[in-house]
Amino acid sequence: MIREFTSAELLFIVGAIRWTLILSAIAFLGGAIGGLGIALARTSQGRALRRVAAGFIQVFQGTPLLMQLFLVYFGLAVVGLPINPLLAAAVALTLHASAYLGEIWRGAIQAVPQGQSEAATALALSYSDRMRHVVLPQAMRLAVAPTVGFLVQLIKGTSLASIIGFTELTRAGQIINNATFKPFLVFGTVAALYFMLCWPLSLLARRMETRMRRAITR
Amino acid sequence: MTEHAIIMRAVNKYYGAFHALTDIDLTVQPGERIVICGPSGSGKSTLIRTINQLEAIESGTITVDGVELTAGGDNVAKVRRDVGMVFQSFNLFPHMTVLENCMLAPMKTRKVSRAEAKATAQHYLERVKIPEQADKYPAQLSGGQQQRVAIARALCMKPRIMLFDEPTSALDPEMVKEVLDTMIDLAREGMTMLCVTHEMDFARAVADRVIFMNKGVIVEENAPEAFFGNPTNDRLKNFLGQIA
Repeated sequence: MIREFTSAELLFIVGAIRWTLILSAIAFLGGAIGGLGIALARTSQGRALRRVAAGFIQVFQGTPLLMQLFLVYFGLAVVGLPINPLLAAAVALTLHASAYLGEIWRGAIQAVPQGQSEAATALALSYSDRMRHVVLPQAMRLAVAPTVGFLVQLIKGTSLASIIGFTELTRAGQIINNATFKPFLVFGTVAALYFMLCWPLSLLARRMETRMRRAITR
Repeated sequence: MTEHAIIMRAVNKYYGAFHALTDIDLTVQPGERIVICGPSGSGKSTLIRTINQLEAIESGTITVDGVELTAGGDNVAKVRRDVGMVFQSFNLFPHMTVLENCMLAPMKTRKVSRAEAKATAQHYLERVKIPEQADKYPAQLSGGQQQRVAIARALCMKPRIMLFDEPTSALDPEMVKEVLDTMIDLAREGMTMLCVTHEMDFARAVADRVIFMNKGVIVEENAPEAFFGNPTNDRLKNFLGQIA
């Protein structure tokens, strides 16, 4: 029995946006915390710490996100946790985002002139005060635009969670397609919805970049 | 009060295979004003940067106001609280106002209240003659004004020793004087000062001792009259001939 593509089907797909957003938000917030740790480790004095962080980044940048999702999904069972698509997707995307944000923020931290850190050190500020009050506020300004850019990548990346059975936007589209057999219409709708999420963010990133450039040349 | 402000004994510093400082011995009395000069790469900046351990040393000892830097513990932090530094490139924090630049370190490391930090900042901005710029951002100031803010920022920590690392080298010629005048005022008030600079008029006017460095070694060390009037070292004669 083939169903029609009606407003009920459309609503089902639109409703799944919330899971895409929830998953993106978890991954972004988790990735922000993890990424800050990675960025600080990458720019620290400790050689071992720098190497571990560099290794982490290389592993997650050098393997497909889909494999990371698989490994975490099946890995949950290995460590005795119940197989849960949301948990697996959240953990995998958080690790993925930590690596990418860590690398973006490392670059931003290193772009703050060495003299800033030296002046703060000469004023007897501790490492944490130096970072909190002097280096990170300046690095943040540089990092805002690429960070928003990465958020767009992350939102699109959540579509892979459909493969491990998590019902977000893409998976909702698959379900409706299986019932209606109107792939072009269904996936066209899904793609349009992603675009409506991502396009404003891309615009925002570009505007921030222009503003940054103007602020620097002030 | 300890007898010596700074005692450096047999200090050696390497950058990889490059021997940046060789067996440096230097004693500075409280209130003494010392000017360090020498060709670029001679180790003069490195020398003063070891005093607040912006540069770590490989061997030797450095004692600042009775506190031995290399002895571990929180000695380095203790010394940094009492030693102010002014850089060639100002290094003001661009995201903070002039006032905030001056208030940050006292509040964080001396734990003074916001009100007290503000009063101290205003006092020293007054002394470097730019109180009216307090609420501006560094980028809105001229180079000379920025460097005077940097001096005020260091003074807000109420240091006993001030280090100047080529403070006028990045300035346009017409701004050099305002910064040197500020430094001369400071010297007259009895601050212990070590200045790396090529401003020989400044050296003549305020220095108790002038030190000439070459290839990581202190080559000559004398009172200004003798240093300029009767240099013994050939390399120094050559150097003085070039900058005069």
